[in-house]
Amino acid sequence: MNVLVFVETSEGKPRKTSLEAVAYAHLMGGAVTAIVLGGADANALQSIGKYGATKVLHADDPKLNEPVIQVYAEVLTKAMQDENADILVMAGSSLGTPVAAKISIKIGASFASNVVELPNTTAGFNVKRSIYTGKAFALVEMKKNKKVIAIKKNAAELKEVGTDVQVVNYPVSLKASDFNTKIISTEKATGDILLPEAEIVVSGGRGMKGPEHWGILENLAKALHAATGCSKPVSDMGWRPHHEHVGQTGVKVAPQLYIAIGISGAIQHLAGVNSSKCIVVINKDPDAPFFKAADYGIVGDAFEVLPKLTAAVLAAK
Amino acid sequence: MKILVCISHVPDTTSKIAFTENNTKFDTTGVQFIIGPYDDYALARAIELKEASGATVTVINVGLAETEPTIRKALAIGADDAIRVNAEPSDSFFVATQIAEHGKGYDLILMGRESIDYNSGVVHAMVGEMLGIPSISPVMKLDIEGTKVKMSKEIEGGKEQVEANMPLVAGCQEPIAEWKIPNMRGIMSARTKPLKVVEPTSAEQLVATQKYELPAPKGAVKMISAENVAELVTLLKTEAKVL
Ligand SMILES: Cc1cc2nc3c(=O)[nH]c(=O)nc-3n(C[C@H](O)[C@H](O)[C@H](O)COP(=O)(O)OP(=O)(O)OC[C@H]3O[C@@H](n4cnc5c(N)ncnc54)[C@H](O)[C@@H]3O)c2cc1C
Ligand SMILES: Nc1ncnc2c1ncn2[C@@H]1O[C@H](COP(=O)(O)O)[C@@H](O)[C@H]1O
Repeated sequence: MNVLVFVETSEGKPRKTSLEAVAYAHLMGGAVTAIVLGGADANALQSIGKYGATKVLHADDPKLNEPVIQVYAEVLTKAMQDENADILVMAGSSLGTPVAAKISIKIGASFASNVVELPNTTAGFNVKRSIYTGKAFALVEMKKNKKVIAIKKNAAELKEVGTDVQVVNYPVSLKASDFNTKIISTEKATGDILLPEAEIVVSGGRGMKGPEHWGILENLAKALHAATGCSKPVSDMGWRPHHEHVGQTGVKVAPQLYIAIGISGAIQHLAGVNSSKCIVVINKDPDAPFFKAADYGIVGDAFEVLPKLTAAVLAAK
Repeated sequence: MKILVCISHVPDTTSKIAFTENNTKFDTTGVQFIIGPYDDYALARAIELKEASGATVTVINVGLAETEPTIRKALAIGADDAIRVNAEPSDSFFVATQIAEHGKGYDLILMGRESIDYNSGVVHAMVGEMLGIPSISPVMKLDIEGTKVKMSKEIEGGKEQVEANMPLVAGCQEPIAEWKIPNMRGIMSARTKPLKVVEPTSAEQLVATQKYELPAPKGAVKMISAENVAELVTLLKTEAKVL
């Protein structure tokens, strides 16, 4: 079974969720080839071998620096043919998921997104998907020989199983007609930890009272090396950028630790955080519904608890 | 200009999810169904475009007769007519096949970035691929300039400004438009607006749902005194092992 894994990069380095996709493919028991599109740090790409890839293809064409979904789908479809791959695996993302879906149509493959576990192959090829925004799972059988799988964060444990491997240049020929969308500009927070990938998230709600108070929340995030998130009203009011809004209609996170400060715990917010391993809730109202979904809780005023918590985190380092 | 808006018929966001028949069927007991929240944004933007430039707005849903109240609500919000493809929406490929079948001839096909039941986030990409036209998602802003559509698209940690020619498919999310609430006149006129029921075209079943599962229940919360936050840090390290 040959498996091709599409590895996304961020600032030239493989994304952690993409490395999980490599680990997933390896644990599935396939011969794993990874592919990277666009400019990237060649040294960083070698390390993809550590997670189970025996070959890393790098299509280092400047035209691929802009992630046009149509173009990526064409290149990966061709790579699947060249590598004789039966299965394509990637991390679900704003880029990966639509690319995966398009490829599944091009090659007539069975497709599953939001996959949370390794496949069960005792009878057929079955995967577990997260549905109803994390409130349930579906076990689905992927019937075709060709399969395209987009995994959710934490679907496979990231363990080093191999060593660095050679990066092979993978030349591509692109047609102008493939560029059916033009990316005019990109605005991206650099250096920050990406919210969907973060292992620790510190999130604030309306209880933070205003954007001018985010400094104390950011201090805690910095001490924990965490990403910051927020509730929907907070982004609706423009206190924080929209891409930080967590929940049913925002980002779904799956960190090791989610700390919610001044968030009541509405069901729509919980839908975005229910895959977190551990949830800490800080709220001045002992009856806030979020406590029912929490592992640890502190009843208290955010403006008093936050600085103390930051100090305690720093002291424990 | 002709706009097609794809709406899913999904449980209200506050619904408690449960299954019946040995975990093979969704339990609809006590569940209220709504237009998918993202699809509602797509519809709202379509109505704005209609009001600004006189477009026609058709809604399409793949679903059995029980989805008609949801479709009528979309008509009450301001869509001109509707198509219901009379079939159980078994998987994304099936739904996309039906939408692509009816989606030819539209300048814009707007839908939600994802459905809140299956959360696949892929029907737009599949429809775009099937029709050979661009698909962009999630779109937070969409403006038309001649035959060009200018959009702002969310990416992890930021956004992209993108441009493509019509026809195209867009998966929408806030703040593309404000959700619209039907008024009395809309509700009255929706009753007589055309709702065409068509039979599905056949599509191979590529994936089959075997069974559903609920997540393991959460243990009880451990409360820590606000006077003793250092204890929380210790517990996160030694007990939860997440620091
Ligand atoms: C279709 C739909 C989709 C939605 N999607 C989302 C979504 O994706 N994400 C989302 O977050 N919401 C979503 N919502 C909104 C959701 O229902 C809630 O309104 C929202 O989550 C509430 O945000 P909040 O907890 O910040 O504010 P509030 O509910 O106002 O809660 C503020 C909390 O702060 C506490 N507090 C106040 N002062 C302090 C203090 N000094 N110290 C400590 N605590 C304090 C209060 O006790 C309270 O619990 C959605 C709603 C709908 C209808
Ligand atoms: N049964 C359906 N009928 C019409 N449109 C649908 C249906 N299911 C999904 N869609 C549309 O496709 C979008 C993406 O759905 P999904 O790929 O399932 O997350 C939704 O937001 C809807 O706009």
